Amino acid sequence: MHLARPCHLIVLALLAWLILLPSPVAVADSQQLRQAAAGLGGQSRAEVIAAIEDLGRLGDPVALPLLEALQAGKLRLDHEGRPLIVEEGQPSGQDAFTGETVPLGGDLRAPLVNNLVRRSLEPVMARLRIFSPDPGLRLTAARRLAEEPPEAGQAPMLTAALEKESDPAVRQVLGLVVSLADLKSPDKARRLAAIQTLGASGDTNYLERLKPLTQKDPQGQYLEPDPEVRQAARWGMQIIYFHTLPADIAQCLFYGLSLASVLLLASLGLAITFGLMGVINMAHGEMLMLGAYAAYVTQNVFRAWWPGALDWYPLVALPVCFGLPALVGVALERGLIRHLVGRPLETLLCTWGISLLIIQAVRLIFGAQNVEVANPSWLAGGWQVGQGLLLTYNRLAIIGFADLAVLLVWFILNRTPLGLRVRAVTQNRGMASALGVKASRVDMWTFGLGCGIAGLGGLALSQIGNVGPELGQSYIVDCFMTVVLGGVGKLAGTVWGSLGLGVINKVLEPFSGAVLGKIAILVFVILFIQKRPQGIFALKGRLAEG
Amino acid sequence: MRKSAWRSLGVSLLLLALALGGPLVGAAKAAETIKVGILHSLSGTMAISETSLKDVALMTIEEINKGGGLLGKKLEPVVVDPASNWPLFAEKARELIEKHKVAVTFGCWTSVSRKSVLPVFEELNGLLFYPVQYEGEECSLNVFYTGAAPNQQAIPAVDYLMSKDGGEAKRFVLLGTDYVYPRTTNKILRAYLQTKQVAEADIMETYTPFGHADYQTIVANIKKFAVGKRTAVISTINGDSNVPFYKELANQGLKASDIPVIAFSVGEEELRGIDTKPLVGHLAAWNYFMSIKSPENQAFIAKWKAYVKEHNLPGGDKRVTNDPMEATYIGIKMWAQAVLQAGTTEVNAVRQAVANQKVKAPCGYEIVMDAKNHHLHKPVLIGEVKADGQFEIVWQTKGPIRADAWSPFIPDSAKKVADWTYPWVCGNCTAPKYK
Repeated sequence: MHLARPCHLIVLALLAWLILLPSPVAVADSQQLRQAAAGLGGQSRAEVIAAIEDLGRLGDPVALPLLEALQAGKLRLDHEGRPLIVEEGQPSGQDAFTGETVPLGGDLRAPLVNNLVRRSLEPVMARLRIFSPDPGLRLTAARRLAEEPPEAGQAPMLTAALEKESDPAVRQVLGLVVSLADLKSPDKARRLAAIQTLGASGDTNYLERLKPLTQKDPQGQYLEPDPEVRQAARWGMQIIYFHTLPADIAQCLFYGLSLASVLLLASLGLAITFGLMGVINMAHGEMLMLGAYAAYVTQNVFRAWWPGALDWYPLVALPVCFGLPALVGVALERGLIRHLVGRPLETLLCTWGISLLIIQAVRLIFGAQNVEVANPSWLAGGWQVGQGLLLTYNRLAIIGFADLAVLLVWFILNRTPLGLRVRAVTQNRGMASALGVKASRVDMWTFGLGCGIAGLGGLALSQIGNVGPELGQSYIVDCFMTVVLGGVGKLAGTVWGSLGLGVINKVLEPFSGAVLGKIAILVFVILFIQKRPQGIFALKGRLAEG
Repeated sequence: MRKSAWRSLGVSLLLLALALGGPLVGAAKAAETIKVGILHSLSGTMAISETSLKDVALMTIEEINKGGGLLGKKLEPVVVDPASNWPLFAEKARELIEKHKVAVTFGCWTSVSRKSVLPVFEELNGLLFYPVQYEGEECSLNVFYTGAAPNQQAIPAVDYLMSKDGGEAKRFVLLGTDYVYPRTTNKILRAYLQTKQVAEADIMETYTPFGHADYQTIVANIKKFAVGKRTAVISTINGDSNVPFYKELANQGLKASDIPVIAFSVGEEELRGIDTKPLVGHLAAWNYFMSIKSPENQAFIAKWKAYVKEHNLPGGDKRVTNDPMEATYIGIKMWAQAVLQAGTTEVNAVRQAVANQKVKAPCGYEIVMDAKNHHLHKPVLIGEVKADGQFEIVWQTKGPIRADAWSPFIPDSAKKVADWTYPWVCGNCTAPKYK
């Protein structure tokens, strides 16, 4: 819900009231409004709903702030049934109609609100907003009205709104609303025109509205008597199908891309520790988990000390989420893994043991329960790109973040002295040492880098899923699969591997369902590895033999 | 001759020692305590849910001990950890009965763990109290089911969604994690919806693997499916996948007032670990909510808070109560009453005494154990998620309803009868054992 500050809304509403005085909209006297509003204090939800409908029927936009407060759970009624808008923790509230400040005291009733009430609230608010002076509000209102076929009694109101409307975007949506109403018109020409408008919109929502026009009732009679209208409705549906095809494909690709970027973020760290260094790092998942917990702790620090800046905690969490797992990684490498160089089986067992230790440690510190990592508000919601294509912000952010992470790793490996040494040591350890590179020191930094990048992946995962001690366990298989499929030892391999897995998974899912889709992917990977054990990108030449 | 005489003397001495000493040792042990098994995962994936059941069981046992124990003996809890590993559940159950000689066991959460221990309890004639809502289609002589059967949770939930209050849904999405509980529940629901004249085309059934985190496609499909008729989602998604699912719903702009989601596995404990913003207004169906206003519930919550504080449990004052915890509490209370009534902890005697036991439960009703089918009569409540992670109760049945162990909506099960009284004496028969 779009909510401005109440005082703004009141000014807006008053303005609307002034402007709309001579309009066909009814302006109720305040006595009637107050009476209706007092009904919100009813003992049953049916009474509350009746009161809302009454307020809507009076048709006066001055009731809007009140309804908005009701929706946001900020409306209270005092003992006289006077509606007050209250903010949590404030000593005084505002009269919902006049905006005058009233000290709070005595017992205040909160109106009963549940889904049923909220559902009846929205169309009423949309009907009132349709005459708002703000074109943005009018547009959302019109969109809301376009979701359901309007009731018969509303046609004059809608036509009036359409005639008054100057904004082209709102006009278009309102035109659709009127067309929806016209589908039931006795006038054939109006029905035909309505079908054409709805078809041209290319909106899948209207498929269901056109469908009945082409169907028969149980007695075998067409619901729509006129064959010409039936034909037009069929055409309209075809046009909508045609319109939505590109959007559907784009949507599917977007889902694939976003799944791919999640896989990429989860496995990028492993591409370094396992791919480059050859350490079979079973504790990789726990590095993801530590990153996610680092995000959780940062969030809590913000909540305690800077609640106002809570929305921006992920930015501060970035270095924390990188730093903590990187430190743990460095300590692991120094303490254990370097003693196990060249013994893959022992490394596997050792890192697996470490992963169990880390999981239990986290469980002891934070408890076995999942912890709450809230999305910052700028990651909630989505961006509607044209008809039928919705890009959600958190997925967009993760795609962007994955790109940045790949860039960062690429830059470190290819453009910094550390990267040069890393590549030298991983390609030919003996020769690099002979040239004066401290191989064991480089190992330490590389492992730390891999773990740090995994921590960044954990930050991203914390924004889309659960954060709990077992977080890493659920990703470790996918991570190894991605890295192995892409080809061990190549960063580009991991990028392409995750992209392939993500997109194929999402293309398959609509046909096969999520469960079969997952199985199909596993079968595909097995076959692929059989055919091409070195993965998509193979190391070539002498490097491959090392 | 001499040799065999010596031998027979030895054998008889040994027998004498056994005959005298065996019961003596046993009696000495029994005089101290009555052992009670607690079989909940304290590690692994299910630890999230099951740990608090172990805690509430220990709390109830402590309460009984403070009141002087049972039959003059203290209860001694034996806690084992099956670590979310289903075969291990069976091993641990055997250990509890054979090694520790427990009088009764409280435990299990997932249906697969229950199915895993079932043969053990039946073979060794143990006694299990199972505290979680489940898919039904089972009735063992050795198990008392204190959670809901489908007709005590799923079916009333559908009735609510179809009612005026629930938004008069005409289309249903049955969405679940791919394992036995969602599959069976949805089979029952589908059959039930058909009896309510919901067309095949208006039901969408989808499953996801365990731990599924990417709900983009599914939510988009729900959105498309919902156009044209009022739609509701019935979710049997397993705990961990719920967060990504609800987040995706919110991000794609599906509001609870447009498409309500009713969940059977989301309770207060699950909401504790997540950001509740995207869930507000969505629904859950249970037999108990922490927000129930009854004196019994207030006492129960106060007891729990005090216990958490006293034992310094992780989570502290954020700990909540939920439906399976209430079911555990009721189960232990019933068993204790039955032991007092029977005057012994012997399984066969206690089993008979558990039938018809009544407990004034936190949900505010006097809950009765059905004498025939080993299930509780329970009230059904529907709650809407509030921002603070609690539920606002929006609907409830007039009183407790009887469980159907076998669903009348599945043709094969409809014929089966679960009745452990004479002349049936059977959990899944189509004809009485003794005619």
